[in-house]
Amino acid sequence: MTPRTLFDKIWDEHLVATRSDGTSLLYIDRHLVHEVTSPQAFEGLREAGRPLRRPNSILSVADHNVPTAEREQGIEDETCRLQVEALESNVKDYGVPYLPLLDDRQGIVHVVGPEQGFTLPGTTIVCGDSHTSTHGAFGALAFGIGTSEVEHVLATQTLPQRKSRNLQVRFEGTLPRGLGAKDMALALIGRIGTAGGTGHVIEFTGSAVRALSMEGRMTLCNLSIEGGARSGLVASDETTFAYLLGRPLAPRGALWEAALTHWRTLVTDPEAAFDSEVTLDVASLAPQVTWGTSPQWVTDITGRVPDPDAAASTDDRLAMLRALEYMDLRPGTPIEAIGVQAVFIGSCTNGRIEDLREAAAVARGRKAAPGVRVLVVPGSGLVKRQAEAEGLDRIFLEAGFEWRQPGCSMCLGMNDDRLAEGVRCASTSNRNFEGRQGRGSRTHLVSPGMAAAAAVTGHFTDVRCLMGV
Amino acid sequence: MEPFVTLTGIAAPLLRANIDTDLIIPKQFLKTLVRSGLGRNLFQEVRYDGEGRELPDFVLNQPRYRAASILLAGPNFGCGSSREHAPWALKDFGIRAILAPSFADIFFTNCFANGLLPVALPMEAIESLAGVEGPITVDLPAQQVRGGGLAFSFTIEPARKTVLLEGLDEIKRTEANLADIAAYEVRRRVEAPWLEIRTLP
Ligand code: SF4
Repeated sequence: MTPRTLFDKIWDEHLVATRSDGTSLLYIDRHLVHEVTSPQAFEGLREAGRPLRRPNSILSVADHNVPTAEREQGIEDETCRLQVEALESNVKDYGVPYLPLLDDRQGIVHVVGPEQGFTLPGTTIVCGDSHTSTHGAFGALAFGIGTSEVEHVLATQTLPQRKSRNLQVRFEGTLPRGLGAKDMALALIGRIGTAGGTGHVIEFTGSAVRALSMEGRMTLCNLSIEGGARSGLVASDETTFAYLLGRPLAPRGALWEAALTHWRTLVTDPEAAFDSEVTLDVASLAPQVTWGTSPQWVTDITGRVPDPDAAASTDDRLAMLRALEYMDLRPGTPIEAIGVQAVFIGSCTNGRIEDLREAAAVARGRKAAPGVRVLVVPGSGLVKRQAEAEGLDRIFLEAGFEWRQPGCSMCLGMNDDRLAEGVRCASTSNRNFEGRQGRGSRTHLVSPGMAAAAAVTGHFTDVRCLMGV
Repeated sequence: MEPFVTLTGIAAPLLRANIDTDLIIPKQFLKTLVRSGLGRNLFQEVRYDGEGRELPDFVLNQPRYRAASILLAGPNFGCGSSREHAPWALKDFGIRAILAPSFADIFFTNCFANGLLPVALPMEAIESLAGVEGPITVDLPAQQVRGGGLAFSFTIEPARKTVLLEGLDEIKRTEANLADIAAYEVRRRVEAPWLEIRTLP
């Protein structure tokens, strides 16, 4: 048999039919649904009088629109409330499993899926959300889809697909202390650009990936989409299995054993060829900070804001000039000299327990710098509970940080958590696009440790200096 | 779905690279429960000021481009989120074809589900089309863009072309495979029984 990559294997196992027009019909095992991209899909189903094929293949939760304070009192913003209510009535009508707003297990869909053991190796997972790539950390083929495709999956449990190309990204070496998966991902996007992975599924390999925890692998795969790739994959291994064992929706007993036997075969064959490959040495990485309005515009904390005059082309130069104007930055400014007024710690990129531990380790015994507002938003109710059991909430509160209820929050500001015009923010989220966190807001993407370091010093600071590294 | 065959119209140039979905339609408009009515908020943040007044410099606010049905853009158009609100907003405004050197994957797929045609052309072609005074024709059967004496051929996957030309409903097409899907499900239950999902406790 021809050697196959992990992606090839998952693809082959899910192929329902190859159609005469050359497209493949791929079976979808798992479907995550949230309030923003699903109402029109349910409406389409209803209008066509189609049944929902497999309600039990879905896990639904509201996350984008939800308030992160005083939730018990309901959602004040009417449009947000209507959207959450629409989800609640749709899941009720169609018998879809749902985690209500006040349930401890509610949270960002990409944090909740893995936590519940809904995300399993070798499965196909979709969601009307581009960061579905997160679930690839479990060796699952997971990708974001549009609302029409959501409707397609609700109705048929399949999607017509064209096979992507295989890109191998190899991270080798030992990550220095104070650095994490966020730095690896940002460095990669800086290297390949936001369109570098277009048309590809990335498989992350190498010793530095093997050494990552599940949380770190999720951060890495989460950011695949920012490199243009719809999916990122990390082959499952003992770290994956240890994470999944005993999760509420993970298989048990004999089924667990059978699953394990199969999952162990889901690795890229040694002889398999990738369409392209990129290798990064992580030993020489420094903490990463974005300076522009695209995740690819990133540099080391020890670096400076680049000079557009050094750009490769006129188009690049103009784009950089525009970005620097938007960000209100001058070429040559040391990154460490850039002050912040806001810090956001959370999102499906960095809202898991390990991320909060990393931020708390820096915040412990320190205070937010004067004039800096710091929001800490756990990725789910279970993350929140765990953090509170470990006393992380007290560390944050003593440092003058706000400790919130779970949701997407200021990652995109669909709820009230928004930045005012011109406010500069160190954010652990995934997008620094113009206006992403609020009209005219200025976002710098960093790791949780770096975000906490900016919070307590008031400007970007090498987290390693605060850790005594 | 409304078929796409041949389109002749004004092409508005917005020649930036990496036009993301947040720029096409910002989050505050994702709270809608319907697909229509988003056209007036297309490119909201660069089209209007903080008080909702039109910014005269923005291309779609200029008299000659107000009725544009074609958009010319830089590479990696539609990067960012999966929101189908982006093609919905473009379509609601009246845009039916987007010409750019490259597109982000999810946006590209979302276009076809809504009868929009994304055409990949080299940047030089886009730039010369931006200089054309009159209307431009996007001819899908001939796979050609013409205007101002210029003509550029483009490629498109045959399956995608058919979907647009005939205005096909993808779900209906897939329903032709329902027996295959059922057979697959039976087989999977035997081969991978651990995939059966337990009900949430
Ligand atoms: S946390 Fe941000 S990126 Fe993640 S799902 Fe929510 S809005 Fe999207």
